[in-house]
Amino acid sequence: MTTVTLGRPPLERHLRDHRDQGRKALVPYVTAGVTPGWTGLVEALADAGADAIEIGLPYSDPMLEGTTIQEASQRALDQGMTTDRALAAVAELDLNVPLVVMTYSNLIRHRGAGVFCERLASAGVSGLIPVDTPLDEATPLLAAARSHGIETVLIVAPSTPPDRIEAIADQGSGFVYASTVMGTTGERTTLGDQAADLATRVRAATDRPVLMGFGISGPQTAAQAARHADGVIMGAAVMRRVLAGESANEVAGLVREVRTALDAIIEPRWP
Amino acid sequence: MTDSQPTSARLRDAVGPYFGRFGGRFVPEALVAALDELDAAFGAAVVDPAFIAELDHLHRTYSGRPSILTEAPRFAKHAGGARILLKREDLNHTGSHKINNVLGQALLTRRMGKTRVIAETGAGQHGVATATAAALMDLECVIYMGEEDTRRQALNVARMRLLGAEVVPVTAGSRTLKDAINEAMRDWVTNVDTTHYLLGTVAGPHPFPTMVREFHRIIGEEAREQVLELTGRLPDVVTACVGGGSNAIGIFHAFLDDPEVELLGLEAGGDGVETGRHASSITGGVAGVLHGNRTFILQNEDGQTIESHSISAGLDYPGVGPEHAWLAESGRARYEPVTDTQAMEAFQLLCRTEGIIPAIESSHALAGALREGKRLGEGGIVLVNLSGRGDKDVDTAARWFGLVSAPDLVASEAERVVATDELKEEL
Repeated sequence: MTTVTLGRPPLERHLRDHRDQGRKALVPYVTAGVTPGWTGLVEALADAGADAIEIGLPYSDPMLEGTTIQEASQRALDQGMTTDRALAAVAELDLNVPLVVMTYSNLIRHRGAGVFCERLASAGVSGLIPVDTPLDEATPLLAAARSHGIETVLIVAPSTPPDRIEAIADQGSGFVYASTVMGTTGERTTLGDQAADLATRVRAATDRPVLMGFGISGPQTAAQAARHADGVIMGAAVMRRVLAGESANEVAGLVREVRTALDAIIEPRWP
Repeated sequence: MTDSQPTSARLRDAVGPYFGRFGGRFVPEALVAALDELDAAFGAAVVDPAFIAELDHLHRTYSGRPSILTEAPRFAKHAGGARILLKREDLNHTGSHKINNVLGQALLTRRMGKTRVIAETGAGQHGVATATAAALMDLECVIYMGEEDTRRQALNVARMRLLGAEVVPVTAGSRTLKDAINEAMRDWVTNVDTTHYLLGTVAGPHPFPTMVREFHRIIGEEAREQVLELTGRLPDVVTACVGGGSNAIGIFHAFLDDPEVELLGLEAGGDGVETGRHASSITGGVAGVLHGNRTFILQNEDGQTIESHSISAGLDYPGVGPEHAWLAESGRARYEPVTDTQAMEAFQLLCRTEGIIPAIESSHALAGALREGKRLGEGGIVLVNLSGRGDKDVDTAARWFGLVSAPDLVASEAERVVATDELKEEL
């Protein structure tokens, strides 16, 4: 494995390369500080076949999270995790996949968007998912991120109208994060019709990679989503296992299973 | 306006999404469409004569508007001889100003074709008001309330359930009002097709701060006329308590363009701002983003929300409405803390001198009036928004002043535990 601390591959180029090779992207999520050994977990997930890793910076009022990630965030905060500590630990990681940080507006604005993005860049982070910054509020953040080489991943929801999908895909970068449902993060046993419908609409609107998140609970839902998109993001399913006390290796087993399921998908090359 | 001043210069005309650098709409993308829908529905409703007439009818025949203005001469003797005038929002149906906003939003819910309302509540006043409007308009109603608060306000939990609402105790985070708001947002993002989030204060994402203000500005409009009629002039100072700030913006709004009228918001000082145990978001907070808007919030050096503290559950919130943040920064209004002790002194004084038991929230505004009255002296006029009645606070006050014997306290504590356990079982 090559050692790359600074200058990990840009997120979007990395995901486009995968798409060109017919590989569905798998992006597991880890809450920074959820366990003392969380950075070891990140490394294990990368080794298990993740194409990028999403790191959640814990926040006291995680409005968009279901119970699992709420609990993970609270546990991390109770154990003294902060944005500065999380990014210091991230900077020490030795990975060959890009990292994308997910967090809430106040942690970004509290430092100022410019300072925040500069810190992400110096920690070797490629992208940022600002979950409660919709397009209308994103202009200053997008500019700050661009000037520090950070790709800003914006979210589309089933309720997002077509012209807005285009604008979000256009102004965001890295990938388009498509939420499979109207709702909070968390595992679901099956994905509704709106997931496929949204993925289809987003892919029609943009050439950027489209990854689906929310509700991906294992190989079955991952494969279901990836049939319509370029990859999946899996958060609560990973964190539930961590909260239940599974080891990094055991959690990595889930990522391996999902990897296998995704690799089995044959993408139709033409309509 | 008959003068040449451009209307855009009037502070009263300010609307969201931004008030200065405060406000905005920091929400997940999934809520943007619903906020747009709400904004459009609200914009259409407030210029629709039928909507205006229906709301006005409810004000007059259901809430009991206009609320009266009561002069408090015996209370004023303790305020340096200035005249103290009380705007009696405590006499509204459900016992506080909250009904103004709730009726407006419930009508709007029906107009949008939605059948379910959700709301957060701290002390239970907004929850009770929402449950009331939902019963009146045949809407399904779910109230989110921090588990800690369901215990502190068991009587209001019962009240909401009598009105047919479902009360959901929130066990996440600090188990108080801020967590109830988070949980209501999560419900809303999941059920937005059928559900309106009937937010109870002038905070949250646009259009809530503007919309909730518009439904409460009747307080100041009535009061301004009433004070003019009674005294022949405008008051020197208007005082109101500020948690999220709905009653304060409601009474301030009509006076924003009267530069001779000072506006004073009283924040919950808890044990004292210097102790760190308070809810004074403007006095002791830092600009940030909480619950969808940029405003002053109580937060630590990492940007995590700090729990607020106040004897008054209705002011126990670590943020404040963005329009207040703007009025504070521009200097148009002043905001000062009132400690628990100062508020309870004013509470007792109003009980004893005027025969009115005020809400502990409103007692912060009364404490501010005592301060201002002393400053103004004879001839001064202070208008106070008496935003709620104190029936819900009798238990807290009885403990504070030691008015019930220890065995009684033990007994009522036992009842409370039983009530909470029963509630949990049923859920």
